[in-house]
Amino acid sequence: MTRFILKRIGLGLITLWLLSILVFFMANVLPGNVARRVLGPFASQKAVDDLNHTLGTDQPLITQYIDQMKGYLTGDMGRSVSTRQPISDVLWPALAHSAKLAILAFIIVVPLSILGGVVAALKEGSTRDRVITVGGLSATAVPDFVWAVVLLIVFSLGLGIFPSTAAWPDGSGIFTQIHYLLLPSICLVFVLFGYIARMARAGTIEALDADYTRTAVIKGLPQRTVLRRHVLRNSLLPTIAVIATQVGYLMGGLVVIELIFNYQGIGQMIFRAATQKDFPALEAAVLVVGVVFLLSTLVADILYSVLNPRVRLGAAE
Amino acid sequence: MSAGAPPPSAIDPLGDVAVTVGPPRDDAKMARRERLQVLIHSKSFIAGAIIVGFWVLCAIFGELLVLQDPLASNPLDALTAPSADNWFGTDRLGRDVFSRVIVGSRDIMIIAPAATLLGTVLGTALGLVTGYFKGPVDDVLSRLIETVLALPVVLVAVMAIVSLGPSNITIIFVVGFVFAPVIARTVRAAVLSERELEYVSAARLRNEKTPYILFAEILPNVMGPVIVEFTVRLGYAVFVVATLSFLGLGVQPPSPDWGLQVFEHYGLISGGFWWPVLFPAAAIAILVIGVNLMADGLTQAFEGR
Repeated sequence: MTRFILKRIGLGLITLWLLSILVFFMANVLPGNVARRVLGPFASQKAVDDLNHTLGTDQPLITQYIDQMKGYLTGDMGRSVSTRQPISDVLWPALAHSAKLAILAFIIVVPLSILGGVVAALKEGSTRDRVITVGGLSATAVPDFVWAVVLLIVFSLGLGIFPSTAAWPDGSGIFTQIHYLLLPSICLVFVLFGYIARMARAGTIEALDADYTRTAVIKGLPQRTVLRRHVLRNSLLPTIAVIATQVGYLMGGLVVIELIFNYQGIGQMIFRAATQKDFPALEAAVLVVGVVFLLSTLVADILYSVLNPRVRLGAAE
Repeated sequence: MSAGAPPPSAIDPLGDVAVTVGPPRDDAKMARRERLQVLIHSKSFIAGAIIVGFWVLCAIFGELLVLQDPLASNPLDALTAPSADNWFGTDRLGRDVFSRVIVGSRDIMIIAPAATLLGTVLGTALGLVTGYFKGPVDDVLSRLIETVLALPVVLVAVMAIVSLGPSNITIIFVVGFVFAPVIARTVRAAVLSERELEYVSAARLRNEKTPYILFAEILPNVMGPVIVEFTVRLGYAVFVVATLSFLGLGVQPPSPDWGLQVFEHYGLISGGFWWPVLFPAAAIAILVIGVNLMADGLTQAFEGR
């Protein structure tokens, strides 16, 4: 068990290191001359050279990479090209904002989609099952910005029950904040329901077919007890794994939803940095998103092995 | 199964039966016919094919199907509501939204399939190599694949396009490269089980060159998963390309591309102008659902799920 976790952490660290190289490559090597990309074709050569000097992009790549990683490890992410502010001043509050939206979305979508998946699995092959499965997957396949604009048109413009932005007025209480965040969260429900319900359904079908379930039924346990004690416990394992992989998406893949609802999360920060060709800020934000994703898959793997007696006992032998 | 001769098997444990060398062609033909049957009878595949076919026609004939020029602006008639003249209303420059939605299928119907094709070719090659060699080659490549997958696809694409500058060719390459690892993972899994089969050992014993074994022996046998993966990825490609256009990093103005139309007008929703946003958004949704229905039917045909 400990060995499994240590190995998993080791692999995670290697992936993290490769990720830092990939992101560095995209932000510093792909643009060719970084300052030229930032300033455009009409800037004077001197301005370009000066900016390259301030950014450190006139140094050899290896030196640049090492300097940057040293900075990241000590919490210094450098300064934004466009605002000259330290990047970390913007990045951490943005990450906290994103987390707020992610948590609310999870609170709504996780119980709902597990319920959907289990309900579909109990009547496998029925119309109810088809509607939940095909409907869920179609909803997942439609881009999030399409859901966002449709929901805005229906609930904000049409019915007028939700504000058209997620940026609540300063000093709002928690209920006002939730009210502002509800519409973007519903978008995320559409996007995530299909994934999670599909896993919960597959897990439940497998557990329903299993010998231990048959035994439990034959020995005369009431159906509810069988479901709760034998089926659900086993069917939720793969579901937990897939939920954790969605954390990465929620904490950085929401560029579009945060943009439409004008929400100051990390997705919107990435979009700003991208349109302003602010490579240092873009690099830092994307790297942080990658780290969050790696952490959440790590936690998912460990949780999975702790909860699953087969993996747990198998590793102990 | 009715009584009769048992199906011929290459690994008959009783020994001295003649073992046919080479792929059993009749079986392959039968399987193909059976799959076609499943496809024709699959409601989701037919529905998906009709939807996608409709947009393909729009992409090809575009201007011929509409009465108004999708690019002709008319500032005096900007943002008029849907009417008999302009079925879907007009946008902020007074352009006819209906003709823009019809013609707007063109860019995405070229970029998304091209990007998916590129990703499938690269990913299949990568998957064949990693699955066949196992060992260190596989370890290193798998770790690299894992790394690319640690970031949301849209983020990788945004970063690469900001660095390279947006153009249709850039989008095709970036999306293709991002998809390659995902497809490689699927192909690798299929190759891992294929490489243990007799026909691969037979080819190795015949001293065939490795590229021949990979592309002439194993590849035809993993085409099923490759085709399924292609259609599934195509749905995602439409998703990603539309999202990039929505962020202003994809197809560039004045193209009537759907994502771009939504991007140019979503800020006007709170002012009550819903039509230049809703119709192109619905077009994206319909196309994506069509592609996914086709993928669903193909999966059933190939994997008998």
